[in-house]
Amino acid sequence: MINQFGNYSLLAAFFLSIYLVIHLSFLNNFKNFKTKPKVIGLLSVQCFMVIVSFISLLFAFIRSDFSNETVYNNSHTTKPIFYKISGTWGNHEGSLLLWLLVLTIFLLIFIFRSNHLSKKLTNLTLLFQEVIILGFLGFIIFTSNPFSVLFPFPKEGLGLNPILQDPILAIHPPILYLGYVGTSIIFSSSLAALVSNSINKLWVLEIKKWILVSWIFLTIGIMLGSIWAYYELGWGGFWFWDPVENVSLMPWFCLTALLHSIIVLEKRNQLHSWVLILSITTFALSMSGTFLVRSGILNSIHTFANDPTRGVYILIFLLILLVISIVIYFVFKKNIPEKKIQSFLISKEITIMTNNWFMMFFLSVVLIGTIYPIFLEVLDGSKISIGPPFYHKLITPFLIIFLVFMSVGPSIKWIKDKKFKIYYDQIFLLIISLTLSYLIIIKLGQSYLFSIPLLGISFYLFFQTSKDFLKKNLNLSQKISHFGFAILILSILLNGLLSKEFSSNMKLGDERKFDNKIMQFKNLETKNYSNFKSLIGKFEIIGENNKLIFYPEIRIYNQPLTITSEADIITNFISDNFLVFNVLKEDGYFNVRYQHKPLMLWIWISVILISLGGILRLFDQNER
Amino acid sequence: MYGKKVKLRALFIFLIFTSLSLTSYLIFKSLEENVVYFKSPSDVKNLTVIKNKKIRVGGMVKLNSVNVSEDQIFFIITDFKNDLIVNFKGSVPNLFEEGKGVVAEGFLNDNNYFRAVKILAKHDENYMPPEVNQALKNN
Repeated sequence: MINQFGNYSLLAAFFLSIYLVIHLSFLNNFKNFKTKPKVIGLLSVQCFMVIVSFISLLFAFIRSDFSNETVYNNSHTTKPIFYKISGTWGNHEGSLLLWLLVLTIFLLIFIFRSNHLSKKLTNLTLLFQEVIILGFLGFIIFTSNPFSVLFPFPKEGLGLNPILQDPILAIHPPILYLGYVGTSIIFSSSLAALVSNSINKLWVLEIKKWILVSWIFLTIGIMLGSIWAYYELGWGGFWFWDPVENVSLMPWFCLTALLHSIIVLEKRNQLHSWVLILSITTFALSMSGTFLVRSGILNSIHTFANDPTRGVYILIFLLILLVISIVIYFVFKKNIPEKKIQSFLISKEITIMTNNWFMMFFLSVVLIGTIYPIFLEVLDGSKISIGPPFYHKLITPFLIIFLVFMSVGPSIKWIKDKKFKIYYDQIFLLIISLTLSYLIIIKLGQSYLFSIPLLGISFYLFFQTSKDFLKKNLNLSQKISHFGFAILILSILLNGLLSKEFSSNMKLGDERKFDNKIMQFKNLETKNYSNFKSLIGKFEIIGENNKLIFYPEIRIYNQPLTITSEADIITNFISDNFLVFNVLKEDGYFNVRYQHKPLMLWIWISVILISLGGILRLFDQNER
Repeated sequence: MYGKKVKLRALFIFLIFTSLSLTSYLIFKSLEENVVYFKSPSDVKNLTVIKNKKIRVGGMVKLNSVNVSEDQIFFIITDFKNDLIVNFKGSVPNLFEEGKGVVAEGFLNDNNYFRAVKILAKHDENYMPPEVNQALKNN
């Protein structure tokens, strides 16, 4: 019953959306002052309808209504209530409904904030955005309807993949989607600004907020996914250059470039075309991210069940949007204000453009690494994968140069700075950083060509960004974000250099010696929970002057029958100690893996700092 | 002679062009070196030259083939036509089990013996890597 309610509500939203697209096309730019309240009314109704269908899906999940196919495929009566709720968006159909929900809500927020924008701009943004909404509604209704009915309906559902039954993964998709969907507003509004000839300060200030919002959510969303992979997948790493991870990183590079170049547009009235191109690209990447993940084209170990026809629909939709935006770009190119402004070599504009160049480079590397296997398979049928060495080899040397620019860039002034001057304190700092790095690398016996300069320049960036807090001329949000980035790079590098690992196959009662430490498999007990059985091991690692006790877990879920390992991680500000064990065979052997990972916590803290800078900027009063 | 502006523009275009070509050269060179090919046990059997290059082998873990010692795991990957003996040191993913799909990454000693450095994880008990699916279909 409720199920049908949601279905009809979604259908009604679809027809309303068709009406809205037509209505907005003939609105004549809100010339009549009565039209705006009417449009707001219609958009609210549309948003309400989508909320109704989302809530009815939520109810179907909570009540375990297995007459609904989506619920049947992804839920089970014995599942805890929290995961019944998160199961709503833990699957393809529900997650698209969530996309749609965020789209309609964001559009309402946009129109409420649009009073100071030109009417034509508002009208066009709404139109473009409504076209996207219509596309998504069509996509959901025709290829992935969350309200398909099963008859006769089964008594029990198939269950949610246990690996997704996790608190962090419950909030990871909504946060990531908030970022993705935010880029759609940037896209629509950029095209609208181009057509309506209103690329001006007012528009820039408004769009900057949306860029910040998307960027903050995307940053946090990526971090949550990474944290989840770290403790749930049992590999102990936090980034695997897996295609599914890469597709979320690509729009991030683009947004970060946009975040910087929009400042040039705001302050110096330059880079109009570039900002537009970036806006379009960012959205295209967000959309194709959804496409690649959902289509099953990506050869990823993360890929969940999927259906190629869906991917084709998104691909066609995306291509149409891209063609339209490219046509619009060339037809209305004359609206881009062309001002002859000379840029001096040593100026903030140039350093920001340099930042953009690097972002585009990193983006191209990740893009090629992600899609090359797909192309090769289509071309000659050979199946390949591209591993971390590809990315490391290409990114490392450029990262060194990038970090140099990042260290000195922010303190360079707009328009034209003084002639290049030698600052002795800077050189002193650089020498200290390189020496520090040299000592660490030599001590570790590492002899990589790039290690010393990379680590050295990271220290240098760290010192520089710490020093920046003493300066008055820069804004706080930027200082925090850049400082966070310095910590991120530094902790990733040190973590990579200092991590230690030991793995072995052990039986209960076994003992292993490694690195002056003793690992003992002390105990194994069984516990029963409502939807899984748990094997809890007790391991002790005895070092020279400390003793660590771990209680890792192996969970055997009954529905669907799946085994997962829950690592036990002992965390502090210095290092993480990570222990995970796995069933090998019935003969009593367990596969045990212990990892010592320094500065792990700082990787997460630094990402929080990076986004905190963005949040501060969002609420900065001076920005109006 | 050309004006200063023209020269500057030419320099600018030249810089963009060089950086673009350098970038693509680097990317494609690195791509060539770091590509990991996927093979089935039958593909491995038919290899005439054994290169010391990392590859991935996928198939099913043969029933009753897993043999565990303190620091190593031996098992056989099969595509029901040909078998490949795999030796592995390290940690295995949750769903490593006899009779289930597996992808191993590592180096070939010869046509019958594979030294794995990594066993890949999967998330889903029904999920089969597309390559394994394809390899099994082909046979």
